[in-house]
Amino acid sequence: MSGSTIIFYMLAALTLVSGVLAVTTRQIFRAAIFLLFSLIGIAGLYFWMQYDFVAAVQIVVYVGGITVLIIFSIFLTQQAGDLLPKPTIGRQIFSALAAFCGFALTMLQLYQHKFIGTSEAPVLPTVSNIGDRMLSLGADGFALPFEVVSVLLLAAMIGCIVIALRSKPATS
Amino acid sequence: MEPGLYHILFISAALFFIGVFGFFTRRNLITMLMSVELVLNSVNLNFIAFNKYLWPNKMDGLFFSIFVIAIAAAEAAVAIAIIINLYRSHQSIDVERTEQLKF
Repeated sequence: MSGSTIIFYMLAALTLVSGVLAVTTRQIFRAAIFLLFSLIGIAGLYFWMQYDFVAAVQIVVYVGGITVLIIFSIFLTQQAGDLLPKPTIGRQIFSALAAFCGFALTMLQLYQHKFIGTSEAPVLPTVSNIGDRMLSLGADGFALPFEVVSVLLLAAMIGCIVIALRSKPATS
Repeated sequence: MEPGLYHILFISAALFFIGVFGFFTRRNLITMLMSVELVLNSVNLNFIAFNKYLWPNKMDGLFFSIFVIAIAAAEAAVAIAIIINLYRSHQSIDVERTEQLKF
């Protein structure tokens, strides 16, 4: 067993174990921290697949951005030390059953299917290749989605400010 | 055995259904949002794995996952703004207690 394989299984275990803990722990702050570790594990898997740019984006956006946002909103909305209410046993059983059946069905389909890849020369996912492709106007470029996403982010930012703005008291 | 496409697909399927389980059992809006983040991450992992192992001559999967990350960031920001606004008006972010559409 090579070092790469060992690292892969360690990253997989980190991702899945902290993912399970993030959805089952009853302390909401711990759930956020376990989510953080799960996201770091996924970034590690991207590094393991040598997609360095996506791994860096994952760390910056998810680990550095979204988790911090979630932790701030926990501070704003939860009383310290409160446990989350325990879900009813019936709901737990049926959710576990639904998730397990879906997982079993997916894996069954997956292992019966034989994927056939291409044999053409690979394009390395370096930052310069990604940048060229992202701003290219040609047939395989992504300039239009790039612009659309930038407009979407602007709209979402303005929307967040408007929604979270404290409205003035009506009686003034 | 060297880990390959099927190992990554196993991880992403497991993570997807962990997220689905969390979405079904949790009743707090922030923890439900965390489950949705897990689901989105498993989808990203799938895109990257297919790009690396099946079609390394194209970069479509990579761009899909980059755009999914950007849209997920926007979605999380809007969701948290809504959650904070809801907490101001209801003093609770439990989905069982937020059943009025209009108030």
